[in-house]
Order: sequence, then structure tokens, then C-alpha cells
Amino acid sequence: MSAEKIIDVRNVSKWYGAFRVLTDVNLTVERGERIVICGPSGSGKSTLIRCFNRLEAHQQGDIVVNGITLHDKMRNVGEVRKNVGMVFQHFNLFPHMTVLMNCMVGPMWIKGVPEAEARRTALQFLERVRIPEQANKYPVQLSGGQQQRVAIARSLCMQPAVMLFDEPTSALDPEMVSEVLETMTGLAREGMTMVCVTHEMAFARAVADRVIFMNAGQVVEQGKPDEFFGNPQHERTRLFLSQILKH
Amino acid sequence: MLYPDTVESEVLVHKPWFVMATFAAILAVFLAIDLTGTSMGEFMRPVIGEPAESGLYGRFAIAFVIAVLFCMNVVLIGFATLKVQIAIVWLELLLLFLAFFKTFNLSLPFMAEKLPFLITQGLFTTIYVSAISIIIASAIAILGAVAKLSTNGFAYAVASFYTSFFRGLPLLMQVYLIYLGLPQLGFIIDAVPAGILALSLCYGAYMTEIFRSGIQSIDRGQWEASRSIGFGFGLTMRKIILPQALPVIIPPTGNQFISMLKDSSLVSVIGVWELMFLARTLGQKTFQHMEMLISAAMLYWGLSICLELVQARIERHYARSKIR
Ligand SMILES: Nc1ncnc2c1ncn2[C@@H]1O[C@H](COP(=O)(O)OP(=O)(O)OP(=O)(O)O)[C@@H](O)[C@H]1O
Ligand SMILES: [Mg+2]
Repeated sequence: MSAEKIIDVRNVSKWYGAFRVLTDVNLTVERGERIVICGPSGSGKSTLIRCFNRLEAHQQGDIVVNGITLHDKMRNVGEVRKNVGMVFQHFNLFPHMTVLMNCMVGPMWIKGVPEAEARRTALQFLERVRIPEQANKYPVQLSGGQQQRVAIARSLCMQPAVMLFDEPTSALDPEMVSEVLETMTGLAREGMTMVCVTHEMAFARAVADRVIFMNAGQVVEQGKPDEFFGNPQHERTRLFLSQILKH
Repeated sequence: MLYPDTVESEVLVHKPWFVMATFAAILAVFLAIDLTGTSMGEFMRPVIGEPAESGLYGRFAIAFVIAVLFCMNVVLIGFATLKVQIAIVWLELLLLFLAFFKTFNLSLPFMAEKLPFLITQGLFTTIYVSAISIIIASAIAILGAVAKLSTNGFAYAVASFYTSFFRGLPLLMQVYLIYLGLPQLGFIIDAVPAGILALSLCYGAYMTEIFRSGIQSIDRGQWEASRSIGFGFGLTMRKIILPQALPVIIPPTGNQFISMLKDSSLVSVIGVWELMFLARTLGQKTFQHMEMLISAAMLYWGLSICLELVQARIERHYARSKIR
């Protein structure tokens, strides 16, 4: 299979002042791949995926996204971002716009899509995350789970090549977690390329092609879910898994 | 909204202790003032006899009547609905003010005669100068706020020097500096543009700080969400950040508008025929100062009320997304 690399990370390091957050990270994401990143708090998971759409800058190594190399003098960062969807822990919907507008503005203002068509696409994706009836409400009027599904729809409306998720369920009440995970599982089944930072191990087992374990800014271990959960190679991974699966 | 509790407490103005205390306070205040020589004394003549000779008895009777009227008023209003309460109290306060002005023995025909000119020349100039100034000030404020928040040292330095300087100098001095100082540099400037420039620069400095704090009040996540969709700085600022900052920015900006309306009277020192200037000069000839000053005051107040109404409308518009 001749795989197309959507994200290619080579020897990337990043510092916050003197503190090294990422150390020689190597990672490739191919089209259609579903990757789950896990690891203890503060291990640099968020920082890493935020480097993929350059919300954060890296200082060493190369990151190539969709064929474009990210660096601090690049003029076409918008070109990268419109092809990379991102879903945040705290949803970050635009509170001054209705749900529908939240989903329409990206295509309208970035791609110049006419309003009627943007509305059609938005409704179609809201349908897909199963909340078309909330289209004319404002974000504050929705539950956390609904807001997160709107956030997913908002990203999907841009028809991105890859979706990044940064702990999309960890700010949600338990009964809302499943509705968001179901949405994400559905996306995965349809072949969306995804990189998810999450601690939902059942989700990882069910949909991930590869699970990546990070600790202290390094990729310690990666593998298919069966191998990763069944037979972890590193001591640190075993410790992490034993702690997280205890609950 | 203060978000009141859902349990209704007894109305304050219907509590006996409150009514008693109010009564005592009003009685004490009016006992301290001798009103026997005023129209209130005349009004009480049937009870107290010749007001000037009624002495302590007259004073007490007047104070007692006022206190009783006041308390009855307060208690009765307590029964009305919110809107009616507001309307009645506004009306009563207004009537009190009119009664106060009446004591000046104003010549109404004189006021009526001068009012048209006061409006067409004075009020018009005031509105025109303030409106242009506020528009320029807002533009300066957005630029200044962005500069003050930027990581560009040059922009930050210029913006912070500007706000420091123009907030630090009295407006009157700025008016003189621009009107008398700029010609020294070779720019001859008329009185009206000089006034507009001074007002714009001064208010732009205050509003820079208002806009800066408004922009800063927006969560960082909004910037990140906007960027991650692919919006550049301009789009993010115009469509995502500023619209959310506006509800924070508008109340203090409304304050600035109203305050500018009246501060525009300072430009009269360089001979702009705005409202305050005309009010003083028109009254001078016939020594009818009070007539003109009160007319001008009413015009200023009327304008401010208009602005308050506009502000309330805008605030309501931006409250939409907060309704649950
Ligand atoms: N702006 C910053 N300045 C300095 N240090 C930072 C900054 N942002 C993050 N860090 C540090 O970088 C490290 C990695 O942070 P990151 O948010 O990537 O961790 P994480 O793996 O996502 O953790 P969590 O599971 O808690 O979200 C942490 O030690 C954090 O304290
Ligand atoms: Mg994180």
C-alpha cells in the first residue's frame, strides 16, 4: 500500500525557556490512520498536537503537514490550518454566534463558499453529529456534550484532511462522554484521519490503528492496540496502564 | 442584573421600623432648616398664622407635614409595580427640580426667544464636534489597544507614550497646545478642527485603555479556535474577538460619549461657538445668565438621555447570546 503521509514529524524538540517539553519526537500519520496519544499529565501530548497546526512553535526538527513544512517564517500557515481540524478540551465555540453560524463562518470566510451552500453543509454536518434541531441556539444554551459535538461539526465543515482532538471528553460529565465518543467512532469508521489525545482506553482499543505513549516529552512506545495493551514493552507504560485501567 | 433571590422578602418600605426611621430623619432635617420664609410657609399660613412670627411652632409644623407627605409617598409607591415605581419617582424628582428653578424667577419669553439660535448654532456645533471626535477617538482606540497588546516594541512604546501623555495632561491644556502650538510648527489650524483634534486625542487615550481591557477579557481559547480554523489576525480581531469584547467595552464607552459631550464645552476657550459659549455670551448682554445657563443645561441633559437610550439598546442587542 502506497501510503500518503499527512503529518510527518522528524526529530522535533521544543523548549519553554530552559524547560524541554518535547525531546526528539518522531511520528508519521498516514492518510486514513487513527492514532491515539496517551501519557501522564504534563508529558507534552497537548503541546505536540498543537505543533501540528502551529498553534505552538517547535525549535528543532521538521514538521511537514499535508506537504507543507512548518517554520516560523512561513507565509501560508492558513493553508495548513484550513486542512487541519482541531477540537479542544473546552470546546471553544464562538459564544456570540448561533450554532449554525459557528459552523458556517469557516467555509464562508476562508474558502469563499456562498452562504446558502455553507448553510447546507453546516446542517448536513450538524445532522451527522445528531443535533440539527439545535442549529439556531447559542452555545451557552447547550449541554457540554452537545457543545463538543458542535465543535466537531464546526471542524468537519472545513472538510479537513486530518482531525486533531485534545482530550475532547475530559471536561464532560460521564453520561455525556459516550455521546461524543460515539460521534468520534462514527468519524473513524468513515475513514477520517484522526489524532486523538485521550485517556479513554476503550475508545483507543476499539478504533485506533496505533497507540502512542508519551512520557516527559518523549515517545516511549507505540504499537497496535492489541500489542500495546496486551504486551507493553516498557516499564513506564506498564505502570501508566495499570494506573489508568484500575478505575 | 443582581439576580435576586427567588424567595420574596417583605418590601423594605413597608417595614414599620424603616418608615419610622425615615420619618424621624426627614423631620430632623427639616427642623434644622427654617422654611417659614418660603412658599412652604405661605402654604401653611391657615395653620400656623403669620409665618414670620410662628417661630418654633411653625418650623415644627412645616417639618411634620413634609415628613408625613414623604413617608406616605414612599409607602404608597411601594405598592406599585416596578415600571410604575420608576415612572412616578422620575416624575416627582423632575417636578422638584422645576420647583427649584422656579425660585430663580426666570424670564420664559427671553428663553423662548433665544432657544432657536441656541439650538441651531450651539447645540448643532456641540453635536457635530463631539460626534466627529468620538468616531476618530474610537478608531485611535482600536489601533492603540492592538499596539499596546502587541509584541512589537516600537508600537507598544508609541502607544503607551501616547496614552500616558494625553491622559496625564488637562484637556484644557491640550486644547491650547494644539491651537496655539501647532502654528509654531507651521500648521495653521482653525478653531473647530483644533478642538476636534484635541478631543479625539484625549478621548482616544482613555478609550485605548477601555478597548485594551475589553480585548484582554476574551479567553485565549477563542484566539486558538479562530486560528485553528484558519482565520488570520484581521478576521479573528474583527469577527471573533471585538464582537465578544463589545459588551465589556460599551458601558464605559457610553460614559466617555456622555462625558465628551460636555467636555466639548472646553473648546469654547478657542472661540468655537458651541452650546456653552453661546449660553454665556447670549445671557451677558441683558444679565440674564441663569436663563441661558439653565437652557443649555437642559439641552445637555436631553442629549445625554438620548445617548443613554442608545446605549441601553446596544447593550440589549449584545445580551442575546447570554440568554439561557
Ligand atoms: N506556555 C507554557 N509555558 C511554560 N511551560 C508550559 C507551557 N505550556 C505547557 N507547559 C509545560 O509543558 C509541559 C507539557 O504540557 P502539555 O500541556 O503538553 O501536557 P499534557 O501532556 O497535555 O498534559 P495534560 O494531560 O495535563 O493535558 C507541562 O509540564 C507544562 O507545565
Ligand atoms: Mg493536555
